Amino acid sequence: MEDLKIDKKINIKGLVCPYTFVKSKLAVEDLEVGQTLEILLDYEEASRSIPKSMEDHGQRVLKVEKINDTDWIIQIRKEKE
Amino acid sequence: MEFTEDQLQRYSRHIILPEVGGKGQKKILRAKVLIIGAGGLGCPVGYYLAAAGVGTIGMVDNDSVELSNLQRQIAHNTSRLGMLKVDSAKTTFEALNPDVKVVGIKERLNKDNIMDFMKDYDIVVDGSDNFPTRYLVNDACVMLRKPLVSGAILKFEGQVTTIVPGEGHCYRCLFEEMPPAGLVPSCQEAGVIGAIPGVVGSLQAIEVFKLILGKGDVLKNTLLIYDALKTTFRRVRVPKNPGCPVCGDHPTITELQDYDAGYCGI
Repeated sequence: MEDLKIDKKINIKGLVCPYTFVKSKLAVEDLEVGQTLEILLDYEEASRSIPKSMEDHGQRVLKVEKINDTDWIIQIRKEKE
Repeated sequence: MEFTEDQLQRYSRHIILPEVGGKGQKKILRAKVLIIGAGGLGCPVGYYLAAAGVGTIGMVDNDSVELSNLQRQIAHNTSRLGMLKVDSAKTTFEALNPDVKVVGIKERLNKDNIMDFMKDYDIVVDGSDNFPTRYLVNDACVMLRKPLVSGAILKFEGQVTTIVPGEGHCYRCLFEEMPPAGLVPSCQEAGVIGAIPGVVGSLQAIEVFKLILGKGDVLKNTLLIYDALKTTFRRVRVPKNPGCPVCGDHPTITELQDYDAGYCGI
């Protein structure tokens, strides 16, 4: 599988809801349609709620992955303004 | 502009809404809204606009706080008796949100000053308590093409309508001329239950946010009537009147006029 080009990365470790989503949503707003955001987080609930809310807002969730004992990465592609 | 960490927290419940987001919140922070009256309606409207971060809130009122106001005018309080209402409201709203600048205009509106007060604002909210002001504000908004969110309250009833000049009705399409003074309730008849302005003012604030954000449907060509005793909301269709004397095809009112204030406000 070819490597995905990541256009922007944010680290929101230490944040809890709803600021995990606030920061992620603002980062998506800064992207152009078609660009990809990678989010690094350590708040487990947000690893479920961010993908769900992003889909509700019309964005595409490309990946949700637990990368170690504490952290997840989520990749989002911006589909709409 | 970038949000500060405090702003991210303060406005987080807005930013997470699809209809608002960071972009919408920035529109709110840049918005300039003029509120006519710092009384029953002006207080809750101003309160929610200030809480939401509307950058500039103008308030026009030349009255001072009286004890009889405090049953419904929630921006004022007992320690502010005798203070100008615009100064009291400014103190309350700026304490609630330091992002907001409140401009107090301590004047009574008339045909010679209204255009000047309105010119720097994007949206006008009418929370006035008398027909002469209501008609003056309507006519000025039509002439300046400023959106106007109009509210009115009496007893257990409230009304809200949103006038978008050029797109929908205006107040004169609804009521062409002012009612004669004798038909308007006198002071002793003009009671109002204290929470009514809260309901109507909140509806007006929501209309303002939709105008700022460009989302949803405002009460264009529509009068919303709230009956608190029956707990009903009624929508009445108000078509734009092509023969309207101020916004019609051939307007007969082309400059502002002052009306005799033979009315008793609430």
